[in-house]
Amino acid sequence: MGLRSRLRLLGDRLMLGACALALLIALVPLASILFKVVVQGAPALSWTFLTSLPRPPDETSGGFANAIVGTVLVVGLTALIGVPLGVGAGVYLAEYGDGLFGRTVRFLAEVLAGLPSIVAGIVGYSLVVVTTGHFSALAGGVALTFLFVPMTAITTQEALKMVPRTTREASLALGLGQASTAMRVALPSALGGVLTGIMLSVARVAGETAPLLFTAFNNSFWPTGPGQPTATLPVQIFVYAISPFESWRQQAWGGALMLLLLVLITNVAGRLFWARRRRFMQGH
Amino acid sequence: METQPAPTTAKVRAEDLKVFFGSKQALLGVSLDIPNRQVTAIIGPSGCGKSTLVRAMNRMHDLVPGASVQGRILLDGVDIYGPQINPVLLRQRVGMVFQRPNPFPTMSISENIAFAPRRHGVRDRDVLKELVRDALERAALWEEVAERLDAPATSLSGGQQQRLCIARALAVRPEVLLMDEPCSALDPIATTRIEDLIHTLKRDYTIVIVTHNMQQAARVSDRTAFMLMGELIEVDATNRIFTSPSDHRTEDYITGKFG
Amino acid sequence: MERRAAAEGLSSATLPEARRPAAPRGLSDRSFRTILGVLAAALPLMEAVVLVELLQGSLPALRTFGWHFLVGRTWDPVAEVFGALPFIIGTLLTSAVALVLAVPIAIGTAILLVEYATGWVREGLGFLVELLAAIPSIVYGLWGMVVVAPLMRAHVDPFIEASPLGWLPIFGRPLLGLSLLTAGVVLAIMILPIVASVAREALLMVPSEQREAGLALGLTRWETTRRVLLPYARAGVFSAIILGLGRAMGETMAVTMLVGNTPAVTLDLFQPGYSMSAVIANEFSEATTTLHVSSLFGVGLLLFLLSLVVNSMARMLLRGLSHAGTR
Repeated sequence: MGLRSRLRLLGDRLMLGACALALLIALVPLASILFKVVVQGAPALSWTFLTSLPRPPDETSGGFANAIVGTVLVVGLTALIGVPLGVGAGVYLAEYGDGLFGRTVRFLAEVLAGLPSIVAGIVGYSLVVVTTGHFSALAGGVALTFLFVPMTAITTQEALKMVPRTTREASLALGLGQASTAMRVALPSALGGVLTGIMLSVARVAGETAPLLFTAFNNSFWPTGPGQPTATLPVQIFVYAISPFESWRQQAWGGALMLLLLVLITNVAGRLFWARRRRFMQGH
Repeated sequence: METQPAPTTAKVRAEDLKVFFGSKQALLGVSLDIPNRQVTAIIGPSGCGKSTLVRAMNRMHDLVPGASVQGRILLDGVDIYGPQINPVLLRQRVGMVFQRPNPFPTMSISENIAFAPRRHGVRDRDVLKELVRDALERAALWEEVAERLDAPATSLSGGQQQRLCIARALAVRPEVLLMDEPCSALDPIATTRIEDLIHTLKRDYTIVIVTHNMQQAARVSDRTAFMLMGELIEVDATNRIFTSPSDHRTEDYITGKFG
Repeated sequence: MERRAAAEGLSSATLPEARRPAAPRGLSDRSFRTILGVLAAALPLMEAVVLVELLQGSLPALRTFGWHFLVGRTWDPVAEVFGALPFIIGTLLTSAVALVLAVPIAIGTAILLVEYATGWVREGLGFLVELLAAIPSIVYGLWGMVVVAPLMRAHVDPFIEASPLGWLPIFGRPLLGLSLLTAGVVLAIMILPIVASVAREALLMVPSEQREAGLALGLTRWETTRRVLLPYARAGVFSAIILGLGRAMGETMAVTMLVGNTPAVTLDLFQPGYSMSAVIANEFSEATTTLHVSSLFGVGLLLFLLSLVVNSMARMLLRGLSHAGTR
């Protein structure tokens, strides 16, 4: 084996090592973040933390309870508006997406999916807060909808596209129309993927801070409904994290741990659900 | 070109049928009679247009963007491409079984079969149960699955799935059954069972079977049509086509010179 | 319709009469398509609403400052002078840093996962990289403040300063750790998963025949990757990079907490700076005058248009890839 060949093989080995190193570098921050959040946040997670309202920094009995409920409220509003729109658009794209309108919608969905979250925030402000004259959970929900709908439309469309063509043909050959085929054959087959997509979108918007900064704003009390400003987990974490008070910063970590758990569990649960559904469909 | 008049009334008749995919012509003016309650086989090398012909008979080309159909196909004398014909209703009279078994993956065995009748208006639970049983018996699958009608359809073997698809198609009570290479994805034993099934079915249904397997055509069909490059070359009683074909191209194909 | 004669051995006792074909129950195809079309119209509608609201909100500022809004270096709420240049520069710089750091790592990761890893190793590691994408940006900001910024201030910045790189004008005086560089570093980690996953998709789409052709010619795996696969997947990899850029430009919280929040026009990465998204996040609630609010809307409009252009480019590249099929 000549020198040239040896060098080439050495180069091959080196590049493999470099790629492995790259992967490692990518995973180090992941480990660091998980570690740090757990270590800093776990001590703050007490029963008081989970069930009390915020208190001034010198008192020890404060908590994030209203922020947790607030996040559920705002994300719930987003899902209420966003799921029908997103799934409906996704089904349209899968069934009729080849026409001019369909192609336009698909392009816009992909482009809108990259909307900067702060822009969603000021649009939500301009649409709801200015019209109603005050901050509200609804404004937050509307702002998040701008992020939620494109994502859901794309994931729904992809899930439906994965249904094999021959399954659709079977339904059509039995004398069912396109609507029945889509709703009763294609959608049930793709249901796992559609639900996963929804869960992933929910996880994503639940973690967003910027759109809520001046829509849902903040509140030291329990959320009373969609019409009033409310605390939410990400915003509360932000406010506490940049504050000069040690006790608040501690709580910020607790909130961060909660948020991380919430988001990661939703993410992972979604994927597991899809995997289990797929096993049924393959006959186990 | 036909060489013999059809022996019984034609259930389905293609008249100068042409099919285009975009600008490419896949069928060049095919005229063919499918006799009632008989098995007609369509053979030919790949790409000759046999699937295209058969799919025109239940208007599956309607779903292909860019496909267009000229000429007529008559079902009991009525052109199925006529303006007042609803293709969805047509497909309840002309059913299809596909090359690869395609049971609905999210449904059980009985749900697969009851699905279409239910969509078409049959609601009574007992009637549906009987329908499922009848369809499975006609497809020679009942005994094997009677105990597990609620199992996922995908838990069946390939051959069983194909018989399930046949049962599913029969449950809609079609008059004509189109079979597009139904055994090509199956092992020889499963193939034999389906061929036996076809012998039984032809008493009640008009069957058109596309196959690339000449021996299968010889075993199973009453009449055979040979196609080549989008044209119908010859159609005749099966035993005549395989022993003394009229066209030399048919002879070449049958003796294995190409294809 | 004649009743079907029962073949021997088949039961047919209580079967219903063969029916005339009936129209299927449920929604007609046309109304189905219309309803769905209305729902799908939400997307163009949303796009239009965003544009309209942004234009409406920023009109006063645009009318007052005209082109100067884009190139003005001063952002002074008190004197009511608003020029967006510091934020444009800040966004571009932090995004550039993020790309320079993230792209090699992301592509290296993608190559490793597609070419060298198989089975559950590939799935598992891929999943971990995806997990990076699931972490909320506020958590990145928090982690960045407490882990990355001190690290930069204490070790990395001095190291760069002392090294030959320190001669470059982009590395001036190291300060607090809250700087354009720090923000860029955390941004890099945040965009890593999207660049890696799109690059991975692009590599997976290369037909295996290409791979086999390269290896059959006696090329090593790396040579095949570098000279056959990457060029083939060029469009996909470029779009991965551009998507990463888009994501970096739009990121708000992590940047707000790490960039130092100082509106200065500077090329010195060690300096604190600002970004378009960060200034809106910080000042919007407090802005009292119409001009201030309107200027922030203007910054939002700029950010929106910028991200629109970048994302469209990326998607068109990807679209061209799937249509062309080969090359």
